[in-house]
Amino acid sequence: MKLKTFSMGGVHPPENKLSAGREIRELSPSDVVVIPVSQHLGTPSKVIVERGDQVKVGQLIARAEGFVSTNIHASVSGKVSKVDIFPDSSGYRRLAVQIKVNGDEWVETIDRSGTLVKEISLDAEEIRKRIVEAGIVGLGGATFPTHVKLTTPRGKKAEYLIVNGVECEPYLTSDHALMMERSSALLVGIQIMMKGLGVEKAILGIESNKPDAISRMQEITRGTAISVQGLKVKYPQGGEKQLVKALLNREVPSGGLPIDVGVVVFNVGTVHAAYEAVQKNKPLIERVVTVTGKYLKQPSNFRVRIGTPVSHLIEQAGGLPEDTAKVINGGPMMGKALASLDVPVVKGTSGIVLISNEEARRKAVIQCIRCTRCVQVCPMGLEPYLMMNLAEKEMFERMETERVLDCIECGSCSYTCPSSRPLLDYIRLGKAEVAKLVRSRKAV
Amino acid sequence: MTRLIVSPSPHTYSGESVPRLMYGVIISLLPAFGVSVFYFGIGMLIVTTVSVLTCILFEYLIQKYILQTKPSHLDGSAILTGLLLAFCLPANIPFWMVIIGALAAIGIGKMTFGGLGNNIFNPALVGRVFLFISFPVAMTSWPEPGQWMQYTDAATGATPLALMKEGVAMRPAGEILSEMPSFLNLFLGNMMGSSGEVAAFALLIGMCYMLYRRIITWHIPVSILGSVFIFTGILWLVNPDQFANPLFHLLTGGLMLGAIYMATDYVTSPMTGKGMLIYGAGIGVVTVLIRIFGAYPEGVQFAILIFNGFTPLLNKYIKPKRFGKEVAHG
Repeated sequence: MKLKTFSMGGVHPPENKLSAGREIRELSPSDVVVIPVSQHLGTPSKVIVERGDQVKVGQLIARAEGFVSTNIHASVSGKVSKVDIFPDSSGYRRLAVQIKVNGDEWVETIDRSGTLVKEISLDAEEIRKRIVEAGIVGLGGATFPTHVKLTTPRGKKAEYLIVNGVECEPYLTSDHALMMERSSALLVGIQIMMKGLGVEKAILGIESNKPDAISRMQEITRGTAISVQGLKVKYPQGGEKQLVKALLNREVPSGGLPIDVGVVVFNVGTVHAAYEAVQKNKPLIERVVTVTGKYLKQPSNFRVRIGTPVSHLIEQAGGLPEDTAKVINGGPMMGKALASLDVPVVKGTSGIVLISNEEARRKAVIQCIRCTRCVQVCPMGLEPYLMMNLAEKEMFERMETERVLDCIECGSCSYTCPSSRPLLDYIRLGKAEVAKLVRSRKAV
Repeated sequence: MTRLIVSPSPHTYSGESVPRLMYGVIISLLPAFGVSVFYFGIGMLIVTTVSVLTCILFEYLIQKYILQTKPSHLDGSAILTGLLLAFCLPANIPFWMVIIGALAAIGIGKMTFGGLGNNIFNPALVGRVFLFISFPVAMTSWPEPGQWMQYTDAATGATPLALMKEGVAMRPAGEILSEMPSFLNLFLGNMMGSSGEVAAFALLIGMCYMLYRRIITWHIPVSILGSVFIFTGILWLVNPDQFANPLFHLLTGGLMLGAIYMATDYVTSPMTGKGMLIYGAGIGVVTVLIRIFGAYPEGVQFAILIFNGFTPLLNKYIKPKRFGKEVAHG
């Protein structure tokens, strides 16, 4: 197979897929879980349980508020011990439901058997409804509510479903593990999504550093309308715009979405969750999380209940190594550094990466030598060095015309800079200021 | 409890650094240095040593005592400037002139603008042109290759470009060419010229190394050499008696050194591929204009300095191809 890739920019950080090939291990729930009501992009959900309530696994505890919001379910059975403000993985303190675990009693309508349900009996509308009920969001990390993407805006037409099995972030292997162990369920999941979108064609993109997943998925999709495409290893290929470009050579317009070029992209984790929701009636209460790091004893892929504290995962993988400088929620290129290990795993937690002191060290920032590397690696065709200069001088209007809002914050510029300049930090500052400008213009 | 560092992404870095890049360029210059020592012997060694050491010294002194910043004299950039300055001087030039050149390069060319990253013009070329204007005789008497133990007392002669420039007024270019070293010898560097500029093949090896290590991209060298080749090729086709063969232009003078090492200086060259192509083509055209129609036999150093001046303009107006069509926000 001829490998494809996106044409503009990109970097190739060391892959460090330490937990590749490790089987997904089910993690027994911790004694207490904390389930935030804001685990998705959009309006926080509304809590519908009270302190003292008994809940079962899969029971709705917070309801979606409006269209761009999601339902949230109890991931364990037990007693609601608090509805209060807790720190979450973003570092902010937000409303969450704390549940004291007692037994493992599930809502009866959930099919917990291991049998594969192949036949898709629901129609597109019912599929969407089931996904709304199950509280599914994009599990690649963006956590955008899935039912919104399944609802094609008026005047647009979905032509392709693209399934994102790229996993271009170093270290992370949860999608890889899913493709290896849950390939049959994924096949059904992809067909569900195709039916939900009303598209005839689907492409599953996988980077060539996962040859076993490519051949497994190729085998299982043979004779279907789903094609599997190998991709050259290049970061940030898992970015929606880059993936659409790589697979279909279509460019999503500035400020637009893949649907503008007839494409909807879902991560394999999301597709798997859709399978469980639609075929097994199981809401999104657990996910696969990679726990890894150079000095961690057992880099692992865990199936974890939402709300489990990060510290519990690290303990189960051999404990926190002495040489730990940062704990990242997500991958090392785009993940967020955690301030505490007591925060819960949420729907968007694809991995927990422990970064050693040596890896974390930022070198002293020196003068830009205009080597052009940041311009060469930017996958959006921007000029990061210029953005940083403009942000320092607070020239935000100019940043807007230089299209700073196109930045996907992949971090390739900061990664590659020989002068160790914090390019992305300044670009983020500029983006925030430009977004304010845009909002104030609208308000007038 | 473990203390955790909280900082924004990315959390991993490529490990690339300014010294790594600078020393990479320095390594790529070793073949050309070796060849130059082979042709010019002790003169090349003296000029290079003096140039490199004084560049480092001036960088250190100016940073420490005038700018009062932390000296970064060993980051490789001063060494590189010293090497490149030596490469574009005749190997028989008195060492005290080299010291003046180094002071002009580092002091005027680099530090007056604030040091590495801020200078508009290529420091080594500033040093060279300063010497060229101050000491025109010393800067245009070129030692004949092969005199290993001679330094300032070496027998001298004219460069192929100078011979051609004087000759074409009276005789056909082809006839002059036949009296010069063969193309093979020109390619190997067996001719008179600045100490480090003669050996085209060694400079090309250095270029391949820099391309392999991704220290530079192909845009600037290819556009300069290409535009010189095309421009002189057209002239040659129009009148082969008055204008020399394009291959002659590629292999003589400072063109290779300029195209591969001087024009590709990060700080003074454009930021985008398109900008680099325009910059390179411009340098090629101006080089040929000076060589053929100007007062000097060689013009590459002036062409590069002129287009160094255009670099900020190119950066302002030549933008990379953005991803995706622009649509109105909101």
